[in-house]
Amino acid sequence: MSEHIFIGTRKGLFTAGRPDGGEWTIERSAFLGDPVGQILDDPRDGTLYACLELGHFGPKLHRSDDRGETWQEVTAPQYPDDTAEDSSSDNGTDEAKPPSVNKIWSLVAGADDEPGKLWAGTLPGGLFVSADRGETWELVRSLWNMPARKEWFGGGADQPGIHSIVVPPENGRRITIGVSCGGVWRSEDGGETWTNKSKGMWAAYMPPDKKLELNIQDPHCVVCCRGKPDHWWSQHHNGVFRSTDDCETWVEVEAAAPSAFGFPVVVHPTAPDTAWFVPAVKDECRIPVEGKVVVSRTTDGGESFEVLREGLPQTHAYDLVYRHAMDIDASGDRLSFGSTTGSLWASDDGGDSWRTISTHLPPIYSVKFSKA
Amino acid sequence: MPKVVFTPNLSRHLECPPLDVDGTSVRSALDEVFADNPRLRGYILDDQGRVRHHVAIFVDGGMVSDRDELTDTVGAASEIYVMQALSGG
Repeated sequence: MSEHIFIGTRKGLFTAGRPDGGEWTIERSAFLGDPVGQILDDPRDGTLYACLELGHFGPKLHRSDDRGETWQEVTAPQYPDDTAEDSSSDNGTDEAKPPSVNKIWSLVAGADDEPGKLWAGTLPGGLFVSADRGETWELVRSLWNMPARKEWFGGGADQPGIHSIVVPPENGRRITIGVSCGGVWRSEDGGETWTNKSKGMWAAYMPPDKKLELNIQDPHCVVCCRGKPDHWWSQHHNGVFRSTDDCETWVEVEAAAPSAFGFPVVVHPTAPDTAWFVPAVKDECRIPVEGKVVVSRTTDGGESFEVLREGLPQTHAYDLVYRHAMDIDASGDRLSFGSTTGSLWASDDGGDSWRTISTHLPPIYSVKFSKA
Repeated sequence: MPKVVFTPNLSRHLECPPLDVDGTSVRSALDEVFADNPRLRGYILDDQGRVRHHVAIFVDGGMVSDRDELTDTVGAASEIYVMQALSGG
């Protein structure tokens, strides 16, 4: 099991550890005072990456070659000059402007046979690729130039953004992304061409005649079972959806409890019917149901859900959990999640019980188990 | 020569001491700074070369009016202050 957790927060990057299998403690901090959104622990070479979201000075990317002892700034994705005439990235805002990256909203490693290759999704909604560990980046123009891309719109944020990227370790040509709001998109040819894979999702926030359109869906988080890669889960804006045919069709999981709204979902690495969620009331009231923090778990593909609450606060708790703030390690037994009110929990038994690591961290944006 | 001074808050991220530069506009003055310190550019300007939303630039005490093209003129004795806006913190 993983013995370290990286926690990206509004005020820095923290590392939790449990020497000798004891209690979790916060062992290290970095970038204190600066917002840290995405974290990547590259399983191919052990490199760590941290995406900073400086309020005044823009998005930055830092890299560590010594497991977080020291960091160096590398290049953040940037829209090239020739996108300046394109004002469509601000779709939905009062004043359309040419694009500039506001936030790196997803950062993942390429396939095992692509050392140093990284993919980044941004706000506004561009996909970028680096072949050299973040030294340089290239906008994926095939996606950016799609007419359908220009119809994406913001969900939560003013601008549309790419928050989920899935690249199988064994096939770098298969790239799946989740867009809020633009649905699920797939490339089978390394990013040359793209197909919307949102069939079956529906949108409660659209007029009835538009609710089934593929390009307006808001999948808050999209994940794939590593051991059974045909099996996918999505926590969507208005429900939980599952696909067992590699995103060809999605089926709503109507048994989701105690509510169908939330942001994160994690799936067991080898058991595709087992997934975890952190529900909130609903979109206009983003607090835990009845002020009780719970994790919901299904082990039967969404037919039923268990509501897990042992070790979690059950009175006047108003923790919201963002889409990148829950993770599961490679064993499938250990989970962790963190909240907007700076609480961090971990479980060693698949969520049956939870230990509190901290209740006073800054607002938590992302939680990642160490791959080492 | 115009002088460019950066908010001390930037020194948390990278070195940017005051510099005397050539240039007759904010753009040309900053470009000279960026030529020697290319990483600084992304802290001050966005992807399209506009002043970042939460950065403020003053020339001789007045806030620049053109945040997109940076055409405000600077004189030989001008002082250009690149500051962190109170917004965006």
